[in-house]
Amino acid sequence: MKNMRRKVYMTAGYNTISMGTGRKEFNPKKERPGLEYYIKEAGQGVLKQAGGADKVDESVIGNFMSARFNKQAHLGGFAGAIDPQLEFKPSLGVEGACGSGGLSLITGIRSILAETADTVLSIGVEVQNTVKAIYGADILAGAGYYDKRKHGHAYFFPGQFSDRAGVYYEKYGHEYARKGMCRWFVNAIENARLDPTAQEYHNTIPDLEGLYHKMTPNGKAFVDHLNVLDCSKVSDGASGIVVTSEEGLQRMDIDKKDAVEVVGWAQLTRNIVNEPPNPVELTTIKTAAKRAMEMAGVTIDQIGTVETHDCFSIAGILAVEALGLAAPGKGAEYVAEGNTSRNGKMPMNTTGGLIGWGHPTGATGVHQAVTLWQQLTGKAGDAQINIPADRPYGLSINMGGDDVTVVAIVYKRG
Amino acid sequence: MNYDQRLQHVSVLGAAGKMGSGILLLTAVEMADLSLKPENKGKTFVLNAIDLSNEALSGLFGYLHTQVTKMAEKKAVMLRQLYADRDDLIENYDIINQYVNDVLALVRPTTALEVAYKSSLIFEAVSENKDLKVKLFRQIDQHNENKSWYFTNTSSVPIHILEDEAGLKSRILGFHFYNPPAVQRLVELIVTDTTDNEVKQFALNYAKALRKVVVPSNDFAGFIGNGHFMRDALYGIKQAEELAGERPFVEAVYMVNKVSQEFLVRPMGIFQLIDYVGIDVVQFIMNVMNPFLKDEELHSSLLDKMMKLGVKGGQLSSGAQKDGFLKYDRGAVIGVYDPDKQAYVDVDSFAAQCDEVLGALPASYQPWKAAVRIKDTDGHFAPYFAEMKGMDSLGAKLAINYGKNSNDIGRKLVSDQVAHNENDVNTVMLTGFFHAYGPINNYFA
Repeated sequence: MKNMRRKVYMTAGYNTISMGTGRKEFNPKKERPGLEYYIKEAGQGVLKQAGGADKVDESVIGNFMSARFNKQAHLGGFAGAIDPQLEFKPSLGVEGACGSGGLSLITGIRSILAETADTVLSIGVEVQNTVKAIYGADILAGAGYYDKRKHGHAYFFPGQFSDRAGVYYEKYGHEYARKGMCRWFVNAIENARLDPTAQEYHNTIPDLEGLYHKMTPNGKAFVDHLNVLDCSKVSDGASGIVVTSEEGLQRMDIDKKDAVEVVGWAQLTRNIVNEPPNPVELTTIKTAAKRAMEMAGVTIDQIGTVETHDCFSIAGILAVEALGLAAPGKGAEYVAEGNTSRNGKMPMNTTGGLIGWGHPTGATGVHQAVTLWQQLTGKAGDAQINIPADRPYGLSINMGGDDVTVVAIVYKRG
Repeated sequence: MNYDQRLQHVSVLGAAGKMGSGILLLTAVEMADLSLKPENKGKTFVLNAIDLSNEALSGLFGYLHTQVTKMAEKKAVMLRQLYADRDDLIENYDIINQYVNDVLALVRPTTALEVAYKSSLIFEAVSENKDLKVKLFRQIDQHNENKSWYFTNTSSVPIHILEDEAGLKSRILGFHFYNPPAVQRLVELIVTDTTDNEVKQFALNYAKALRKVVVPSNDFAGFIGNGHFMRDALYGIKQAEELAGERPFVEAVYMVNKVSQEFLVRPMGIFQLIDYVGIDVVQFIMNVMNPFLKDEELHSSLLDKMMKLGVKGGQLSSGAQKDGFLKYDRGAVIGVYDPDKQAYVDVDSFAAQCDEVLGALPASYQPWKAAVRIKDTDGHFAPYFAEMKGMDSLGAKLAINYGKNSNDIGRKLVSDQVAHNENDVNTVMLTGFFHAYGPINNYFA
């Protein structure tokens, strides 16, 4: 699709806390709120801003693996639990691994474009702290090709991206790459400290860089080329936002300046059965971002801020290259020089991203949209960055699996 | 018989007890790892868990299952390689479960001693009763054709006595785990004059496989660990009894416990440690050690009194602390036992007053939890105790005297040739008792 037949907006975003290690209130030995709690909190948080459930035509709930983490599938059925007025209206669950949140947004966008709805409540949710990390790794491995699980790493996805990092080190230099990855981690924590809902909000470690370099990757206990600080968090959380039309905004009595316009999007998949075509390139992200920006009629230079899927610090570096911010092999340098920090040329993951804010897998895509909505409408609180007038766009990249399902969305100030 | 073969048929005596179950766990895991090596495919490994109590044995598998699962979760990366050829085991969950099953499948719980007749290695962790140990060893050895090796976990009985009385010349050594064996890294290794070097070498390899820190001790009743602890406990009791001349007994116990914990920066006060080990066990160990000591009486009438009153301390099978000298609520001390009233007196009713009499801690005080992490031990403790020496409070005086005594005990263990050197004494107290600094130091001179 080159042009959208109708304008699409997003507004009324809401994030729960990303709960897990790092949060002071998190105690793995104590009983905690479950899936239903998070869906309700995020849903009701959105509805409150939207003026009530009667304004909503349809609900979409993105989630990756509640069927295993929580023994609960069929999440579309929870819309009525958010608000009785959502019952007997369309509602569905969507899944695309860690790209499920992005699919929830895309499903909403499609409904608006199909003119079957004017306001769609889009939610993403995941509650992962129900199992120990070693078993969580099994569950998350479902985002890969099952035939490869047997010979994959105990920590399957860290193993996949560790392999990518290993090739990157070999090709461009170990120390060089680690320097960039370290800066990515430091940026993530520093940004998360500014967002009260972030999992690393309470992080007060003074010397993050020293800590990072002290933790040499150890393949006997974890994976060969990444330490735990290179990895996103294990999180419980949900995010929600309304995807809507101009008519929808009017119905909710929300001004366009409190909304962002979706001006371009792409949702692509790579063949899950195959290995990635190039271990040091995120090919699907590269293709999807290009198409979304083409649809929006913008270039990367016009984007004011990016939310990218940094499930691992190396994925952040490779995304920088895939988006064309740096040439292949130059991403680590681009990041190390501070270009992606909140005061840099291209602020990225300004509320901490997956490493700092947290990664409730199925919620992440929606969380990215909420962050960009906050930043572009001046609602980001302490985490607010300056969006230059000549670059009023935001770009989100949400990835499922090893660059398999990708959702790229370009947003513009409403 | 090589290392693997020696560990193919093993028995643990007292396997359902606190020490025995830990030894069983570690041995089961080591044996399972051996059995999974490609060269050992098809060989049968057997670990007999022998105990008097059927009841205790029935709870053993629950304990093993939980512990082995935790250990397997930690080494999942290695286990995936170990089971790489098992196409049916795909997820970590499958592999961990299989490993737990493989470990548990080695273990044969029984009350029948006869199964040990076929073992080539016997671990003994029955109660600290020399005659019982000798009786069991003799019975097994008379029927065992393998010239089995015997590893005893005794913490007090000289090994050569067991060797002589049970007729186990050259085939026995002391392999003394600390409680709980699965967690504590220290093992005291005691050989006799005749222990075969091959037996000792095997013990060192086995300890290395279990990632234990081995400290050799000479074959003297109580060895290093109890050699220090028993005398240290007697000194604490003596201090409390002296204080009790001027103030109520419960206050004296509270104060010495506080001095030995906080002022001396130890993980527990001395009365809490006695309770943790068990008043009965401490009394028993003293009784075992005493006949072997010259010019020294290792005995406490206070312990006898407590035992007569049925106050024993020790732990419940859940690991919770039973009341002894002190009364506990979820690990916290809430009362002290008054033998005259035969009742516990609430700590709250006198603690503030006692604390005032003891006086403040030195300004450079760091609680034990923080102090154990300090790398420059001397850099912290030398000025800390120097500061304490300059203080005029009762707490400071009691602590300095207590530290001096602990120092003397440590040095005497070396001069009496129980320990090979000062470093071994300090290692035992640092590793086995979690002290923040070794008893042999220059802080109290």
